[in-house]
Amino acid sequence: MTANPGRPAPAEPLLQVSGLRVDYGIGADAVHAVVDADLELHRGEVLGLAGESGSGKSTLAYAITRLLRAPGVITGGDVLFRPAPGDTVDLLTADEDGLRVLRWSQISVVMQSAMNALNPVLSIGAQLTDVLQAHEPDMGPARRKERAAELLGLVGITADRLSSYPHELSGGMRQRVMIAMALALQPHIVIMDEPTTALDVVTQREILEELSTLREQLGFAVLFITHDLSLLIEIADSIAVMYAGRLVERARASALFRAPRHPYTLGLLSSFPPLHGPHRQLAGIPGSPPDLRQLPAGCVFHPRCPYVMERCRTDTPPLREPAGGHGRQVACWLHEGSVLVPPDLARPEPGAAASPTPTPAPAVTRSRP
Amino acid sequence: MTGPGPAPAADGALLTARGLTKHFAVHRGVPGTRSMPGMRGILATRRLARHGFTGRVAAPAVHAVEDVSLTLPAARVTAVVGESGSGKSTLARMLARVIKPTSGEILLGGRPVAASNRGRRAYARQVQLVLQDPFSSLNPVHDVGYHLARPLQVHHLAGNGTSLDETIAGLLERVALTPADQFVHKYPHELSGGQRQRVAIARALAVQPQVLLADEPVSMLDVSIRLGVLNLLSGLREREGLAILYITHDIASARYLADDIVVMYAGQMVESGPARTVTDEPAHPYTQLLLSAAPDPDRAGPPSLAGRGSPPSLVSPPGGCRFHPRCPHAMAVCATSVPPGHQVGTGHVSACWLHASDLAPGQSQPLANHDLTPGEET
Repeated sequence: MTANPGRPAPAEPLLQVSGLRVDYGIGADAVHAVVDADLELHRGEVLGLAGESGSGKSTLAYAITRLLRAPGVITGGDVLFRPAPGDTVDLLTADEDGLRVLRWSQISVVMQSAMNALNPVLSIGAQLTDVLQAHEPDMGPARRKERAAELLGLVGITADRLSSYPHELSGGMRQRVMIAMALALQPHIVIMDEPTTALDVVTQREILEELSTLREQLGFAVLFITHDLSLLIEIADSIAVMYAGRLVERARASALFRAPRHPYTLGLLSSFPPLHGPHRQLAGIPGSPPDLRQLPAGCVFHPRCPYVMERCRTDTPPLREPAGGHGRQVACWLHEGSVLVPPDLARPEPGAAASPTPTPAPAVTRSRP
Repeated sequence: MTGPGPAPAADGALLTARGLTKHFAVHRGVPGTRSMPGMRGILATRRLARHGFTGRVAAPAVHAVEDVSLTLPAARVTAVVGESGSGKSTLARMLARVIKPTSGEILLGGRPVAASNRGRRAYARQVQLVLQDPFSSLNPVHDVGYHLARPLQVHHLAGNGTSLDETIAGLLERVALTPADQFVHKYPHELSGGQRQRVAIARALAVQPQVLLADEPVSMLDVSIRLGVLNLLSGLREREGLAILYITHDIASARYLADDIVVMYAGQMVESGPARTVTDEPAHPYTQLLLSAAPDPDRAGPPSLAGRGSPPSLVSPPGGCRFHPRCPHAMAVCATSVPPGHQVGTGHVSACWLHASDLAPGQSQPLANHDLTPGEET
């Protein structure tokens, strides 16, 4: 690890996932939805998990919280949660009672579809006080109601909405209620699975702004799952990119955007047309994501990769620090040091101008006019 | 090309819409119970409602599209950008003649279109619609070849035997599904989302239309394959001179693909102009809001939203400019009068009173009781 100067040595991560494997089904027919996933979520950080549909990003989140439903099976790895220094809980070996205590109060989840996650026949107030009643039995009914109103206030909804039912609220308000519920017990970690995908851009932006304010106030960490890498770059501190069940790249958000190292990340970045600058022809990524039941051999991305080499067809690249990497990881044979890295995948790290071995690279093409 | 297409009108427009308006009737309670009991009644009421007849003049209606005019010139992509509920899909459906406008007219090649069955069929030969969801717009029990042969048969464009096969292979090549013989016998479930959308586009191209209406053609597709479909549409514009309407909620993709952009809000057209001008120098406060909210990794510093709130109810939309309750620049006149389009640049029109030069002092006063609190209105 190259420690970043000016930043204190990283403390032990709040959540540490290592070698996590999740299958759907058992035996020879099992589909490997998540393979050897390593993630670290630090206190107060926003970790983005980006991937297309079927990349395993939601499966990974549900495996972490042990909310995975059959036929999903966790077949290996560790998930360590450290609520306090010196206190480590292995979420994969914890029993149901232990998990029950942790879920919501320490780790809460905001689901993608708020309409389906809220109970249509209970008022918002009833659903909020229900959480408090279950997890904080000492709290009296009057105090619970007061707290429910406080929580709605946090997300910018007035207390008179406590008696509303989900269908009486707009999509944005429902998603705000979900966020308020997730924060009800002041968790350390909030896992958000595509929380704003179904919303219009303006509402999405308002909710993200509120989320950022709340995070400053309350100090929770967020695992933010989305397919929208362009959004993630704006809101996340660090980003992990998934493809076909594998993590292919992990880096700080700005490094991932300015200097991607994996061809898939590069392709994904050039799939989002920019809002500024001259017209550039963008190609996206040829082909389509693979069927998890018939994965290609070697690197799972090789059939779509413009830089494919002979080795990629047979050997699976491990996720590791590239040569000259700054605390980032990439799973690509191009960065093993044996070949010349294509210029687009060797752009200089942002903020690393004093790097001892500056890589010759073209100017970043996405500059403002 | 088989059959002569419509000649463009004098202004170069293939398809022109003038003052299109669509109001949908609102049903209170169980549909049909107000008229006849039983199934026949339900169907009858629904059918009438679709055509805009509600039986009572003052019946509540969803004001989905209000007085929208646009032109689709040959070899150009015109994007309609708006949030959900802005009326963009209703507009596409009216242009495809799937639903009937409440008022306004549609001109194909400068001529009004006949309402007869023959007129409808002739219209469908020239104007084709591609829908958002390629998972539901293809029939799961038929293969790709069938989907492409049907429009050819319906419009009597099919030769027999080899000639039909050749036409189908040609269509698949035009949408880059090659080699064609690998795709022609596949069923929708054997194709990826991007491939399905290409089949849907090929089906639309089968009748050799001049106008393609694409309603959110990439929003259901995975991010990495969206560009491929957008580039395909771009190629159809350049190689085949198609007039394309691209409906989207994603203003960045409109900027990428389109020549012209029309921005809609709550059923009204608020801004239109060359794509680059509209996105780089937005004139209407709503366009500015939309751009300030769009994801933009290049943004320096945190984004600041140019407005708050959410779109109004379309059953009882606000008077005047429908954006005025959310507009940071709202003036007295905005609440009372619908702003006309003001020319703000070459081909750049903004329907906003801010661009009017002849407002009386009373009209330009900041709107009283104008509350721009964060959060959503209800």
